[in-house]
Amino acid sequence: MELSGAQILLQSLADEGVEYIFGYPGGAVLHIYDAIFQQEAVKHILVRHEQGATHAADGYARATGKPGVVLVTSGPGATNAVTGIATAYMDSIPMVVISGQVSSPVIGSDAFQEVDMVGITRPCVKHNFLVKDVTKLAETIKKAFYVATTGRPGPVVVDIPKDMTAPNITVPYKYPKKISLRSYNPVVHVAKEQIKAAVELLLSATKPMIYAGGGVVLGEASAELTDFTRVLGYPITNTLMGLGAYPATDKQFVGMLGMHGTYEANMAMHESDVIIAIGARFDDRVTGKLDEFCPYAKIIHIDIDPASISKTIKKIAIPIVGDVKPVLKQLLECLKENKKQPNKKALDAWWQQIDEWRAVQSLEYDRTSDLIKPQFVIEQLYQVTKGDAYVTSDVGQHQMWAAQYYPFDKPRRWINSGGLGTMGFGLPAAIGVKLAFPEADVACVTGEASIQMCIQELSTALQFKTPVKIINLNNRYMGMVRQWQEFSYQSRYSNSYMDTIPDFVKLVEAYGHVGIRIDKPEEVRPALEQAFAMKDRTVFLDIMTDRTENVYPMIEAGKGHHDMKLRVALGTSMDRELA
Amino acid sequence: MKHIISILIENEAGALSRVAGLFSARGYNIESLTVAVTEDPSLSRMTLVTRGSEDVIAQIIKQLNKLIDVVKLIDLADSPHIERELMMVKIKTTEQTRNDLRSVVDIFRGRILDVTANSYVVEMTGSSEKLDAFTSAINSDSIIEVVRSGATGISRGEQGLHL
Repeated sequence: MELSGAQILLQSLADEGVEYIFGYPGGAVLHIYDAIFQQEAVKHILVRHEQGATHAADGYARATGKPGVVLVTSGPGATNAVTGIATAYMDSIPMVVISGQVSSPVIGSDAFQEVDMVGITRPCVKHNFLVKDVTKLAETIKKAFYVATTGRPGPVVVDIPKDMTAPNITVPYKYPKKISLRSYNPVVHVAKEQIKAAVELLLSATKPMIYAGGGVVLGEASAELTDFTRVLGYPITNTLMGLGAYPATDKQFVGMLGMHGTYEANMAMHESDVIIAIGARFDDRVTGKLDEFCPYAKIIHIDIDPASISKTIKKIAIPIVGDVKPVLKQLLECLKENKKQPNKKALDAWWQQIDEWRAVQSLEYDRTSDLIKPQFVIEQLYQVTKGDAYVTSDVGQHQMWAAQYYPFDKPRRWINSGGLGTMGFGLPAAIGVKLAFPEADVACVTGEASIQMCIQELSTALQFKTPVKIINLNNRYMGMVRQWQEFSYQSRYSNSYMDTIPDFVKLVEAYGHVGIRIDKPEEVRPALEQAFAMKDRTVFLDIMTDRTENVYPMIEAGKGHHDMKLRVALGTSMDRELA
Repeated sequence: MKHIISILIENEAGALSRVAGLFSARGYNIESLTVAVTEDPSLSRMTLVTRGSEDVIAQIIKQLNKLIDVVKLIDLADSPHIERELMMVKIKTTEQTRNDLRSVVDIFRGRILDVTANSYVVEMTGSSEKLDAFTSAINSDSIIEVVRSGATGISRGEQGLHL
């Protein structure tokens, strides 16, 4: 079978099992778009801006575990995609981005819409390719998927010059079933001694903590993590990226840790004597001040990426480089073989201590206010969706409230830009999720600042009938910036306020959707119910929340886990503080 | 401490910039970097000299290994090895200094490649420290130009860096 490069690309994607490509046409990819027009296996989702394409593919990937696929043109199409590529890179999301390039003979001549895409994306991709020979195209696509989805996943860019896809040049097509790269071997075997040593250390603990992150979600290891945690009876905390990896409504779960983690999670980390980090990378938003991080703990660290080990926290007692799922299975087996049991007496005392920290109720807020509290909105969202929605978010205060007040019991339900912190992520990501799971409830929790960064995708949502529900926590501020300015800059609110916020109801109506403005707390629940009842409509709830609400608890920059700023200072009465 | 990292990398366009980009993006320092194709034309060999604490060197090695194009690498400082660097120095000469300079070149086992009425070009190979010693042994005002290749190295014994 002889095919043109453009046909080879489409046939390769079909053979790879790709369901959707998220993209935007342009000069350098016209041959490819012509091939798209003439096939049906792969559906193309036309976005309104290339950043939206990458986030939508990313949302699809996070919800399904399958790689997201993006197609953009050269030059501005390619550079617009970079933010989304970097977003996927920071959170280790499998993604294949096909970018058009000017024709090979004019590369390097500053041709129209030429940009060095391979050069620009080099620091924010797992790998990238420039296709220089059409006979190698199918193999390169196979390599791209292989690299993107194995080991520590990540985005891979394939830059294809226009002449590689020309319809008049055809070559034989064969999609390789398997591929290997001599320079890339993602399979690692874990030595049994490491597993044994880890189990010994775990069983010797008196104040143990399990700290699990996004690697558990990416590695499809939630069931193993849950078994492991229950067998030990130890407390568990999840990172922002790990939420849902362990059921949040379970009694062993002590909440998220880190900058906006719960009091009990952070205090337990600080006091712990043995910590097992599973698919987590000791991000600075988790550790706070490095010198004061977990001063009493011996640490076991499981990560698929050797470079994650001893990168920020150097004192790792037992490093285990491996895929979390088989490693957790090995640990479970070894635990069952070991005659020793966890130290029951010490563990009881530890749980008692944790319950005392829990009694501080660090997530409590003023429930009597006449203003709409953002935390209340998220709690209502949880109830209306019966805790079973896919929730995407943008970046800022609303993201933290969604993470804190929507307890996720399943992995891949919480979809947010944790590493890069990309505003504008939420809406396109929600569209990607809804395409993957058309029957599921999909909510995008956002704010009036973030939503405006990719609001054009409302148009995509109409065209491709992805009825997501947008929960806009509108506090008329860039809330997180304002909060930092309040705490660290004596409330000098420099440019964290927009004087002209659009009438979102009119705006979403103009895009063909339903908009509802909500001003009073008692309107929140009925509006949410109404929104989720409208199964086939995208609904935008513009919710006027308390302007000055802050995210608590908070570990301010340069402080340790035990040094948290709480809504109500310890030892004072909640009533007095709120009055 | 100084480390000499030897890298076998796919001989692809852009491979060098992946390594150089990694160092600049993560704030590691490169003292020297040499690259040339190997006996297998699909592979290039890089020798990279860097300095840092043990933690930093460990991260550098892990991050280099993470690059998809990197096939294999070793830190030569981990075991006995031989290090060589090539230097050429152009030096001003006069009737009076010429003989002295020749004897210094002899002591350092250098060779004189080019002679004019007022200059020598001296070739010298050796460890980077030896080359430093030569340049500080001659009058710095007389040096017109120095060009150094950066260090390359190979391990001692029968073990080698290959596929």
